[in-house]
Amino acid sequence: MQQTRSVEIGTGLFVLLGMSALFFLTTQTTGGQDFSAADTFEVEARFENVGSLKDRAPVAMSGVTIGRVTSVTFDPVTLEAKVLFVIDSQYDQIPDDSDASILTSGLLGSQYIGLQAGGSDIYLEDGGEILFTQSAIVLENLIGKFLVNAGSSKD
Amino acid sequence: MLRPVSAYSENLIEIHDLMYSRGARVIFKDLNLTIKRGEVTAFMGPSGTGKTTLLRLITRQLIPQQGAIFVNGVDIATLNQSELYLLRRRFGMLFQNGALLTDINVFENVAFPLREHTRLSNRLIRHVVLTKLHAVGLRGAADMMPSELSGGMARRVALARAMVMDPEILIYDEPFVGLDPISMGVIVRLVRRMNDALGITSIVVSHDVAEVSTVADCSYLISDGKVAASGSPDELRTANSELVRQFMHGMADGPVAFHFEAPNYAEQLLGRDTE
Amino acid sequence: MKALIRDLHSTVLEFVRTFGAFQLFFLRLLRHTPKMLLKRPRLVIKQIYNAGALSLVIIMVCGFFVGAVLGLLGHNILARFNAEDAIGTLVAFALIKQLGPVFTALLFAGRAGTALSSEIGLMKATDQLSAMEMMAVNPVRRVLVPRFVGASVALPLLVAIFICVGLLGAHLVTIELLQVDAGAFWQQMRLALADKDIFEFIVKSVAFGIVAGLIAVWEGYNAIPTAEGVGLATTRTVVITAISVLILNFMITAVLL
Repeated sequence: MQQTRSVEIGTGLFVLLGMSALFFLTTQTTGGQDFSAADTFEVEARFENVGSLKDRAPVAMSGVTIGRVTSVTFDPVTLEAKVLFVIDSQYDQIPDDSDASILTSGLLGSQYIGLQAGGSDIYLEDGGEILFTQSAIVLENLIGKFLVNAGSSKD
Repeated sequence: MLRPVSAYSENLIEIHDLMYSRGARVIFKDLNLTIKRGEVTAFMGPSGTGKTTLLRLITRQLIPQQGAIFVNGVDIATLNQSELYLLRRRFGMLFQNGALLTDINVFENVAFPLREHTRLSNRLIRHVVLTKLHAVGLRGAADMMPSELSGGMARRVALARAMVMDPEILIYDEPFVGLDPISMGVIVRLVRRMNDALGITSIVVSHDVAEVSTVADCSYLISDGKVAASGSPDELRTANSELVRQFMHGMADGPVAFHFEAPNYAEQLLGRDTE
Repeated sequence: MKALIRDLHSTVLEFVRTFGAFQLFFLRLLRHTPKMLLKRPRLVIKQIYNAGALSLVIIMVCGFFVGAVLGLLGHNILARFNAEDAIGTLVAFALIKQLGPVFTALLFAGRAGTALSSEIGLMKATDQLSAMEMMAVNPVRRVLVPRFVGASVALPLLVAIFICVGLLGAHLVTIELLQVDAGAFWQQMRLALADKDIFEFIVKSVAFGIVAGLIAVWEGYNAIPTAEGVGLATTRTVVITAISVLILNFMITAVLL
């Protein structure tokens, strides 16, 4: 009986350890870009260039994630990139003249949308659109500009 | 459920025209024998005549190609899995080396059939197991592991386990092999005592003529896939057949040749054989 | 030439036959599983202990050092691109998606799989399985099912433990030794890993658990009941489990990519 007891205790410890490892893996290693809110509203924004923005990228305001990109498509009529994203419904007082820019987290990190508050009294609603946008900074373009500037300042 | 026995018959097991072969080798052909209720029946025969195979056929671990085996009047080939298991509960079998389960101790080994088949309370199981262990004289070894037992003790524990479900038929596969004289005497006495005290039917497979003679009521000498002779040990000893005499008296050469089939010795030594 | 074709034909046929028998064996085990779990949970618990708790030390030691070496090597390479912060991502991807499940399954085959097949093989060689059969106890249900279930349950848990200990190893090496920022380590990992990756890890470890348990039990049950046969069965358990796990890993990775 003593032996059975120690087997049972050992098994119990093992299973508990395994379960907590599993729990840790499922909850603690993911979810950085995971944004899960029950109620959301959808907003649209058009960019000249989205860089490497992808689905599920975070939407942040003042550095806090408040939403997530749901689709990135190309509009053949306006020749712009059309980005749809959802924002948690509890943030229902975002001015509709806020501007959206595509930013990079860290030097080589993934890209996300940063919102900068405007001053309007009218707030963003479901189906609304952000009109002021700033495209992703593409490294090659930046270097190109830098070279041109460097060249012109020599004159 | 096991089909009801039609009528009480004196013959507990009947084997009719049994044929069994493994691959091309025919092991039994036209084998007929009966085992009487309440007696100790022995199967004897030279090594390799398939005595153990016969036990496996009787317990339907193997199925004959032809012929039928009746236990209590029921053809065992017709039983389905659960009927077979019900039948097997009426058998107790003692394997050559005991076949104790090595991961549990002696007590649990004997308790194994009870725990598998009954819902007895722990107290009752303890009572039954200790009784059976006492009967084989090993109550004191209850807490030992099978690896700590000697060959003779392991066989006695296995006997206690075979009896624990109070079977009607006890089968012993080579119970006397590899035992010292004392253990052998103990087993011989136990076989006889179990049979008479509990009113069960025993089947012993052995080639130890002397021991079998002291316990068996009836012996079958099996050779070449057939019953070569049968009768009480005394009848066999005085039988006229050359084969029986060779076997009973342990002569090296006779109808059962000393040499296994081989090419001509002189030719093989001279390297003239084809191989 | 003709003989060669005939040989090939019979080899292929034999392979297909064995494979079919293996599937039927699996179904047979599955059929007995629910009853065994409900009626005799203790037998299953004992096997979870044998397969899982007793493999814990080797799994944790190996996991720790696999994680540590990943951290070391990954840091070395990422540092060339000034991307040390991505080390968490690299380690987590490698451990969770590939190394964790595969490495654990291989270790498991060596530690628990061999123990299972040699145990069952020896039980067969010493007539213990026949003895059960004679006591009207179905050895498939009484012996094989608890061991199969025990192995299948233990492996996914071991994989999870392996990965966690691996992350710990990588954490210690990169953060304590190589001065990577702890926040960056974990944050980058969380950004990169999606639920899909965790799903992949769960699918893999469950599949590997079933495969490893099944092969060990099968090889033991079908071992030739001699000392040599049991030894052979043990070897085959490791070899066949390793091959099956690697092939299965490739297939699952390809499907879930």
